[in-house]
Amino acid sequence: MKDFIIPDRDFGTPAAKSKTMVTLSIDGFDVTVPEGTSIMRAAAEIGISVPKLCATDSLDAFGSCRLCLVEVEGRNGTPASCTTPVAPGIKVHTQTGKLKQLRRGVMELYISDHPLDCLTCAANGDCELQDMAGAVGLRDVRYEAPENGKMETHFRAKDTSGAANPQWLPKDDSNPYFSYDPSKCIVCNRCVRACEEVQGTFALTIEGRGWDSRVHAGLKEDTFLSSDCVSCGACVQACPTATLVEKSIIDIGTPDRGIVTTCAYCGVGCQFKAEMRGDELVRMVPYKHGKANRGHSCVKGRFAYGYASHKDRILSPMIRDSINDPWKEVSWAEAMAFAANRMKAIQDQYGRQSVGVITSSRCTNEEAYLVQKLTRAVFLNNNTDTCARVCHSPTGYGLGQTFGTSAGTQDFDSVEDCDVALVIGANPHSGHPVFASRLKKRLRQGAKLILVDPRRTEMFEGPHYRAAHHLALKPGTNVAVVSAMAHVIVTEGLYDEEFIRTRCDWDEFQDYAAFISEPQHAPEAIELLTGVPAAELRGAARLYATGGNAAIYYGLGVTEHSQGSTTVIAIANLAMLTGNIGRPGVGVNPLRGQNNVQGSCDMGSFPHELPGYRHVKGPEVRAIYEAAWGVPIDPEPGLRIPNMLDAAVEGSFKGLYCQGEDILQSDPDTKHVAAGLAAMECVIVHDLFLNETANYAHVFFPGSSFLEKDGTFTNAERRINRVRKVMAPKQGYADWEVTQLFARAMGADWNYTHPAQIMEEIALTTPSFAGVSYDRLEELGSVQWPCNEAAPEGTPLMHIDGFVRGRGKFIRTEYVATDERSGPRFPLLLTTGRILSQYNVGAQTRRTENVVWHPEDVLEIHPHDAENRGIREGDWVRLASRAGETTLRATVTDTVSPGVVYTTFHHPVTQANVITTDFSDWATNCPEYKVTAVQVSPSNGPSEWQEEYEAQAALSRRIAAAE
Amino acid sequence: MSHDNAVQTKLITMANQIARFMESKPHDEGVSGLASHINDYWEPRMRRQLFELIDKGGAGFRPLVLEAAPQIRRPAA
Repeated sequence: MKDFIIPDRDFGTPAAKSKTMVTLSIDGFDVTVPEGTSIMRAAAEIGISVPKLCATDSLDAFGSCRLCLVEVEGRNGTPASCTTPVAPGIKVHTQTGKLKQLRRGVMELYISDHPLDCLTCAANGDCELQDMAGAVGLRDVRYEAPENGKMETHFRAKDTSGAANPQWLPKDDSNPYFSYDPSKCIVCNRCVRACEEVQGTFALTIEGRGWDSRVHAGLKEDTFLSSDCVSCGACVQACPTATLVEKSIIDIGTPDRGIVTTCAYCGVGCQFKAEMRGDELVRMVPYKHGKANRGHSCVKGRFAYGYASHKDRILSPMIRDSINDPWKEVSWAEAMAFAANRMKAIQDQYGRQSVGVITSSRCTNEEAYLVQKLTRAVFLNNNTDTCARVCHSPTGYGLGQTFGTSAGTQDFDSVEDCDVALVIGANPHSGHPVFASRLKKRLRQGAKLILVDPRRTEMFEGPHYRAAHHLALKPGTNVAVVSAMAHVIVTEGLYDEEFIRTRCDWDEFQDYAAFISEPQHAPEAIELLTGVPAAELRGAARLYATGGNAAIYYGLGVTEHSQGSTTVIAIANLAMLTGNIGRPGVGVNPLRGQNNVQGSCDMGSFPHELPGYRHVKGPEVRAIYEAAWGVPIDPEPGLRIPNMLDAAVEGSFKGLYCQGEDILQSDPDTKHVAAGLAAMECVIVHDLFLNETANYAHVFFPGSSFLEKDGTFTNAERRINRVRKVMAPKQGYADWEVTQLFARAMGADWNYTHPAQIMEEIALTTPSFAGVSYDRLEELGSVQWPCNEAAPEGTPLMHIDGFVRGRGKFIRTEYVATDERSGPRFPLLLTTGRILSQYNVGAQTRRTENVVWHPEDVLEIHPHDAENRGIREGDWVRLASRAGETTLRATVTDTVSPGVVYTTFHHPVTQANVITTDFSDWATNCPEYKVTAVQVSPSNGPSEWQEEYEAQAALSRRIAAAE
Repeated sequence: MSHDNAVQTKLITMANQIARFMESKPHDEGVSGLASHINDYWEPRMRRQLFELIDKGGAGFRPLVLEAAPQIRRPAA
């Protein structure tokens, strides 16, 4: 194991961005820094740490603690070095007799109102107050409360006369992950500023003035839990004392080392330091040098890692002859032999095409690569798919057609240069929280937001910003709305002709312009259809086209429609029309859902393409793998997930190896998925938990968590981040080793001993990864593909001088209404989404304390629709579509429009996908999750299906007692 | 509805969905676009089922699907 203890020096104030350099002298040493740098930071650059308490380099300087005083020759007084910028030629002294005396006096005052329980304090050894007391040489505290003098402190529960001290406040332990102890607070404001500047929630405040100043969450009566606090951990990170501290530190103690790794939740790909003591994970701290998160985190990555050691985790391989039998725990060898014999027998009897794999978007690149290699090189077919099928497959198609690559065009840093953000069908607040914080920061600085979403999501407004336009369209009308924006841009002459002439195909543009200018695409013409007022839509289009750097961020609200691919094309058209491609602050940015959904697609998980998005029909591409693997590669596309299930019901598909995905819960039309799985003869589930799919499995390979293996994840900005093993796999093997064991049991001669060797093979065979190696990743921290000879340090921005395909291609985007329509039986449209504290199907987050924020899925319904149906807040309701029905509780809210209802899908009991239909995107068969015609009616309990399902699940999860 | 019927209905729907997109392109480009889309993404089993329906007269398909059929690769039997 390699340790990565990179000292995270705190420079006190953020780096200045000026290109003008300034030279000054500090304690006799010359230092040259960008203009605008603080004296404190300049000193830190040459290794001089000026004592400080209220300053930290993740926050703007505040100048309140009066500890960082310095003297500047020729200037009066002792300015605070954090708030004083450098100037050419000044001579600064950080340590003089006067300064020493002042600092000691300041410290003495701080300590006089601070408990001296250092030895038993959770921050012992990790306390900046303690460090500063040492740094200034504090030896004595003269200020003592006189006995019976009733003098108050903030930290004694009783005053000196023995009466209760009204200034003392009890600990707030309401948050499950951290505690707030007001008695240790020095009111440095770092937590309040972190909540504002970094997270953007503004949940914390300083109430009172002077001696009465106290940090408080929310309103007067609030606790941390009941306040607006989203538990991102930024305040805990910023706190210099034990006032805000992780409960894990209180329970365990301080860590002895930190290892840099990558979060396994969403597609933002935040880097963390996994702080360890022995092989116990003490805490996850966001890594300042992580290029996606820049030191920030959300409640999931920061705190919700308890699932990895949850009691539900299965640590032994298991097999059973039939899904009606209880599971039998067996050795790895026995499980491998059982699985391999079954799969071989199936292929012997039903043919080469009768088995397949599903790669995981949760596992590493190396693991996804091996699973698709298993089907291509060992099963000898192309039957591989991945959960991107149900999320961003339309992005691959749409951007591939228009730009020539499915790649998102920017890095996350790009948002700092964006003037207009067009957010379509995405709710970064819940789905991509750390990116949302970075976007909100830019919005507070004055960038404009255009929100296109049927719901008034949390992104709509926040402290100090509000969306300039909210196009609250009817679910299923994305193409009409985005095309109407293009109509406005073209007919009002707002397009960037020079960009189009130099970068795109002019003839295709002419054709597209003629098409989009037709009157049926005008905002006025589609107003009734989409529910978006024409004037609002025109305003949004004008702002996008003329407001400066305009960036599009979109999510599954774009892709999970029957016209998902067409909407992606329409989005690409918009960016090309306005020249918003190829520089910082602009672009088309698909926000990917899972930590490694980008990577699993890159690694050839789709049935029609080999790694690097190269179609299996190309003989020159097949030749590369035929040479590398020594087997013929099937030139025909293989089965997609829905095809696998159809083929299973037909009887031609019999065996599936499913790694780290729960298709029964996450794929549409649950009953169809269940029927498909039930028809198979060998379902191998490889997961941390007995997930819903495992109810239909014959073999269970226990999986390892991201803490237990080496590898890489690729985030939404194509950034390849290292995942580092911080503890041994609890069930014995990393997931790549399990796949290798299985391949070997099937007869393959695989001998990888470290994931770095798998990456070597990927780099050798995939041009866009040619320059990627673990050594390179150590050197650069992370790298964005394409990374090869032409771009040895990777590619933060795509299409700078020209599109990957040559010239950008405008494609007509005709709106076609989905067949899923509301009507008399099902008059409402259901759309689905996520909530901040939960993740996807909830397999992980439901097994953490995050459930305090979201114990169950609820149905959002507009007051008008609720009233018509006699539904009140909190009532059980029956939600029915033509596919099925379920029950859940209702919440009455106007965040949804009349005619639209909304729910999340984090809890298996809800079975939201019993409701969703089998309609899908025309190009990729990405399911139409975001539109289902439903009816809602009062109910008094779970549906028959839910009860049957629960019973079947309970029966199926039995594990036979060891003999 | 039997499973076979359901499969057929779904297949026709899927082909027609592709056709609806390709219909907005210039005619010849639409025909070849539809054929190459199915060639690139539909595995042989699905194409076999497609041809079974087309060979039976192609009821329910949009005209563009039938027009593109000669350019769609027939899977080996």
